[in-house]
Amino acid sequence: MSQAPSVEPRALTTSTRRADLDREPCAGRTRWRETLHAEWTKLRTLPGTIWLVLAITVLTLAVSAAASSSVTCPTVDCNQDPGKISLAGVELGQAVAAILAVLAVSGEYSTGMIRVTFTAMPRRTTVLAAKAALVSGFTLIAGSVAVLGSVLVARLVMPGHGFTAAHGYRLLSPTDGAVLRAAAGSVLYLALIALLSLGIAALVRDSAVAIGLVLGLLYLSPIIAGVVTDPHWHSRIERYAPMSAGLAIQATRNLAALPIGPWEGLGVLAAWAAAALLTGGAVLRLRDA
Amino acid sequence: MSTTTVTPYRSAVHVGRDGFAQLLRAEWTKVRTVRGWSIGLVLAALLTVLFGVLAAVGGQISCGGGPDGSGSKSGAACRQVPPLGPDGEAVSDSFYFAHQTLAGDGSITARVTSLTGLYSTHGGIEVDAGTAGMTPGTQPWSKAGIIVKENTTQGSPYAAMMTTGSNGVRMQYNYTRDIAGEPGMASAASPQWLRLTRSGDTVTGYDSVDGVHWTEVGTAVLPGASSTVQVGMFAAAPNYTVTSQGFGTASAVGGPTLTTGTFDDVSLQGASAAGTWTGTAIGSDSPRGQLLAQAEQVQQSDGAFSLTGTGDIAPASGQGSGRPVEQSLVGAFAGLIAIIVVAAMFVTAEYRRGLIRLTLAASPRRGRVLAAKVVVIGVVAFVVGLVAAAVALPLGDHLAYNHGSYLLPVSSLTKARLIVGTAALFAVVAVLAVAVGTLLRRSAATVTLVIVAIVLPYILAVASVLPSGVAEWLTRLTPAAAFAIQQSLVAYPQVTANYTPANGYFPLSPWAGFAVLCAYAALALGLAVYQLRRRDA
Repeated sequence: MSQAPSVEPRALTTSTRRADLDREPCAGRTRWRETLHAEWTKLRTLPGTIWLVLAITVLTLAVSAAASSSVTCPTVDCNQDPGKISLAGVELGQAVAAILAVLAVSGEYSTGMIRVTFTAMPRRTTVLAAKAALVSGFTLIAGSVAVLGSVLVARLVMPGHGFTAAHGYRLLSPTDGAVLRAAAGSVLYLALIALLSLGIAALVRDSAVAIGLVLGLLYLSPIIAGVVTDPHWHSRIERYAPMSAGLAIQATRNLAALPIGPWEGLGVLAAWAAAALLTGGAVLRLRDA
Repeated sequence: MSTTTVTPYRSAVHVGRDGFAQLLRAEWTKVRTVRGWSIGLVLAALLTVLFGVLAAVGGQISCGGGPDGSGSKSGAACRQVPPLGPDGEAVSDSFYFAHQTLAGDGSITARVTSLTGLYSTHGGIEVDAGTAGMTPGTQPWSKAGIIVKENTTQGSPYAAMMTTGSNGVRMQYNYTRDIAGEPGMASAASPQWLRLTRSGDTVTGYDSVDGVHWTEVGTAVLPGASSTVQVGMFAAAPNYTVTSQGFGTASAVGGPTLTTGTFDDVSLQGASAAGTWTGTAIGSDSPRGQLLAQAEQVQQSDGAFSLTGTGDIAPASGQGSGRPVEQSLVGAFAGLIAIIVVAAMFVTAEYRRGLIRLTLAASPRRGRVLAAKVVVIGVVAFVVGLVAAAVALPLGDHLAYNHGSYLLPVSSLTKARLIVGTAALFAVVAVLAVAVGTLLRRSAATVTLVIVAIVLPYILAVASVLPSGVAEWLTRLTPAAAFAIQQSLVAYPQVTANYTPANGYFPLSPWAGFAVLCAYAALALGLAVYQLRRRDA
């Protein structure tokens, strides 16, 4: 009986920790939420994150605006796709989205932080899933702002460059089905590029190699497709390379001439991203950190 | 009191040398001993060759066959070899020729009183429709005039005086040479007089507005001309093309054209075998359409001649005539990405590991450290690029030839420039990556910035994503201008063609384009030295 008073205070002080331990066997949700919170804290407090998110928006918007104001339509049926032009900045914005995603993984490897992370949260695939959720969330937000702004700029600028009803062009409007699909699809495209980059970064760990691989995968396909004249191989490259397939979502006119349908193209990119994330997750589990 | 001299302590160890050679050796040791970097450098060479081979094999040519594809052939059976000019270059040589044989020296004089034309705006023309569907008008380089030509074989040497659609009187010879004469277009009110005088293998061209006062335009040498040549009048009309550049697409519309030139006061001096003019359609077996072959003719009435012809006498323009050899160097883009990754890590890895503090402690003169790094990575990248290009160019071209492509002939000097230029491109890009890496200290940002600066403008300009005006400025002002060094195609002002980056024509000359990249690298390097000295490591 005399021991009881001395035990009780100790039990009180450790009550919270014990409560956690009690919850552990069936606490999948909570663990997910805590992992997500931990990753959120890391990503939020890194000084680079906010600049990268801003850079996605600003660079996408800048290149889109430059493209919108450089293209003119002097005649009827001038073979231009205003939807695609107005979203050209995505080709640069994706590179910044790739940096954001790569650094979320490689940054931890370069400082050794990854060992602390995995000690605190041993379920590595959960950690990767949390990173994927946050990085794609950041990209979706930055991308939405950029894409909306780009369409708005194009809507204001392009009628002055001959994209008028007289030349067969309607005013760009988000309520137009094809424009809405192109705009929403471009936001999804950026998020999928971020996920693809995250998977590759988990696979190769080093940031320089990861970003080199991602940008090579994206930017080489249009160059190679340009010199491959065999129509069979040419259309194969355009259908299955992540960038040319994924950007099919931006087409708003003459869809029949596309090598791959808009949503099918985005599906190809999604398959690339899923394959990269699955491989990255598997390697993360099997390999020493 | 005795004075003792104290000898100051001197270490028995030899003083270490800290010259530039030692710095170079230190940096070379770093490059050599990091396994990942060695793999990256080998990968850069392999990727360059691999993608060059893929592009060559993927350039399979198919031809023939019906609409259902039956009976179609592919590969070497489809190779179309254009005629070759006296200097070995690919040429177009089809026109309508009213000619006589001239043995030995002599001259021909003619007065051109009009130049008219017809062109088709809708691609091909129907044989049944005749010339009814064609629009009247000449092309800028529609031409009619007098010509001295070795023989009627395509590609044989020639010299011609001609009046053109909107480029005045010209003297053109041996396909690539072009000299301007009197401006203005020939008409009945202001006819143009043309004369060619042959003496041995030299032909001199004259023009005149009145047939009395003659001005020498130029002199041509017909290499290896035999004593007997063909001399006469000709008419030719290059195809009408208008290219509309869509966003992500480029489409050329146009069609065949006809030119009719009217001549009078034609006189021929010299030993001529026949007194009559023979009409021959030169290169009539080349695909120019049945209708045009029917329309080509020479009519004679009262000493005046009316000649109608199509085709062109000019160097072959790049599109459709063959494969430019530099297409085998397309893998350089993949190789450059690998080089950029290695070169960036060469600096940023030192910052990440803290090795930079040791490096700068060992050699406190920071500018020299960066100089050593730049020299080492530049030389290494140059060697990698040289080996890769020296393998990729001949190998890719050989494979492309076997798969049915016709390779546009280039001199071995040009080939050497393509290979050495690619190596220099690798070296300068590596230097740029080291400089940017020193400035930013972060791998991901450095690699992205350099790749985006070099590859993205090229994609935007060349994968025909932007209008050609914007594309030209991109390939003029951004580091992507340097890819001009991989261009073997020559843009001729006397040939109307689509000279855009998308078709392999850069706005700057090869070395000027390369100088743009060098300027960017020098600027980045200057900033890097400044910052490296000023900042804490």
